[in-house]
Amino acid sequence: MSLLSVRDLTVKFAMRDQTVTALNGISFDLAKGERLGIVGESGAGKSITGFSLLNLLSRPGYIDNGQILFDGEDVVKMNDQQLRKVRGNRMAMIFQDPMVTLNPVLTIGQQMVETLRAHRKLSVEEARQIAVVKLREVYINSPEERLDQYPHELSGGMRQRIIIAIALLLDPQLIIADEPTTALDVTIQADIMELLLELCQSNQVGLILITHDLGVVSQMTERTLVMYAGRIIESGRTRSIINDPQHPYTQGLINALPQQTLPGEQLRQIPGNMPTLAQVPNGCAFNPRCTFATDTCRSQIPQISHYGEVEVACHEVQRLQSEQAREEEKA
Amino acid sequence: MFAYLVKRVFQAIAVMFVISLIAFAIQGNLGDPLRELVGQSVSEEVRQQLRDELGLNDSFVQQYLRFAGNALQGDLGTSYFFKEPALDVILKKLPATLELVFGATLIIIGLSVPLGVYTAIKPNAILSKVIMGLSIVGISVPVFLTAILMIFVFSVEFGWLPSFGRGDIVHVWGYWDTNFATVDGWLHIVMPSIALASIMLPLFVRLIRAEMMEVLQSEYVRYATAKGINPWRIYFVHALKNTLLPVITVGGVQIGTMVAYTILTETVFQWPGMGFMFLEAVNRVDTPLIVAYLIVVGFIFVVTNTIVDLIYGLVNPTVNLARMGA
Repeated sequence: MSLLSVRDLTVKFAMRDQTVTALNGISFDLAKGERLGIVGESGAGKSITGFSLLNLLSRPGYIDNGQILFDGEDVVKMNDQQLRKVRGNRMAMIFQDPMVTLNPVLTIGQQMVETLRAHRKLSVEEARQIAVVKLREVYINSPEERLDQYPHELSGGMRQRIIIAIALLLDPQLIIADEPTTALDVTIQADIMELLLELCQSNQVGLILITHDLGVVSQMTERTLVMYAGRIIESGRTRSIINDPQHPYTQGLINALPQQTLPGEQLRQIPGNMPTLAQVPNGCAFNPRCTFATDTCRSQIPQISHYGEVEVACHEVQRLQSEQAREEEKA
Repeated sequence: MFAYLVKRVFQAIAVMFVISLIAFAIQGNLGDPLRELVGQSVSEEVRQQLRDELGLNDSFVQQYLRFAGNALQGDLGTSYFFKEPALDVILKKLPATLELVFGATLIIIGLSVPLGVYTAIKPNAILSKVIMGLSIVGISVPVFLTAILMIFVFSVEFGWLPSFGRGDIVHVWGYWDTNFATVDGWLHIVMPSIALASIMLPLFVRLIRAEMMEVLQSEYVRYATAKGINPWRIYFVHALKNTLLPVITVGGVQIGTMVAYTILTETVFQWPGMGFMFLEAVNRVDTPLIVAYLIVVGFIFVVTNTIVDLIYGLVNPTVNLARMGA
């Protein structure tokens, strides 16, 4: 049985004058200890997916429909007390910006100890000892001293390490990391990712990595979901998606990587912008930006279905494939 | 820390200088003190002689320097009416006022935190809307009206509470007179304290509510929820501590303001404190006493603000007093 099984998850935002759909029938599975990447541009619904898994959406967002089965229990149906037992304990989250994630008026020690004591019967001293061990695991030097420091006394990279340590405090089954390095200096981004990967592997922890960086996804994850305007448009093994993307949007994303361009050549980009939630176009949401769009694309929403090694939601995927094959033959 | 203290003390001295200048400048504009001192029947020559003796014919700068020199030695002039040093007169009235301010502060702190937190956590509850509505009423109704209304209801109609004076006071520490040692003293201080708190309390409820609502939207509160922390701990440890930081700063200024507000409250309740004394001094054109009062109140303001800033530095870990002022 899979650790996490999301079925037909629909999230809506009740705005003043209308209700918009932020997630539209998301379904995916995650096996124990598996690492999954969720990629897409800003506004695709990646973070909302992440927060939904912990039922942490803040108003005006709400889960309208669907199931989130975590170890067989539906997170959507849990009451506050049941949710509290899952959050931070069996499912932990790493937030985007370490500069604003930790409470500025509480010491690192207080914030670690309270997490442990919220879920286990421990004395403060016992909890501090566990905290020290976990801080060592994320390569924080002199961890005993750090416990009595406030967040503002530490650098962004160190804070994110501490947040990773907090996520690992209670040996969770799943960690959701929402763009954990976006707010950090480029030089330490790789370190943090490596650390996260190492700890997830050694502790057999499942990981959902939300990012817009395909390079990171290819190194960190086994499977990948590509999201666009609140839907999954392509999913499959990370290697397949990176090496042989099927959806024109995924292809565009991969072509936009700087590594795909020769020095001096202009970086490629997908024309246009992601539609806002209030104005998602009819049919395939990607059609206004897609060079292959047909009338069918403009009127019917494509369903996700198996194609080769991946699942993809595109009407024209077959035509696309044959055209590309022909081009390759010519070349 | 020490450098910061020195800096604050210099600031305080500068502020006190300005206050003394303003207070002293009033002196020349409050009518002729001679009229109050000697009445109608004294001849013009004697008046001139008295003016010379009192130094009223000297230039402003001369008079100010003399005043400031004396003030530095603790002499703020002699009250025309009491024929006693003005500072002594004020210091005798000070305990009554400070106890009144203390009573009002207790009410404000005791009620504003729970009410502010409740209305922030449950902004849509009916009770929250009632509290917010009442707070507008509280801010809008002037202190003297609240006071008179309370006297009418609780003293005149029901006869539960005394309407004026301090009642049984107990002399403690050789100097201080306290209301808090006898039941009668407590009964006397209840209504004046409520009246004095009636403006500040709603202000603080609204301030705490607004700050708390903002803090509850913050990322670290969401993170605490994601860690599975009990909501009560989130409200009272994570959120409240951050909420109170700006409230402390505003609160310090307001305590000073409350000392000034006592003029109205003390007058309605015939409370024998500084405020009541000040109003009488104005009626009697007792200029040295008026000036001394302004300086003492200014001094209380400066001291409370300095203390509040120091407390803020101790409560907020991101403020490092050791490094400040360096």
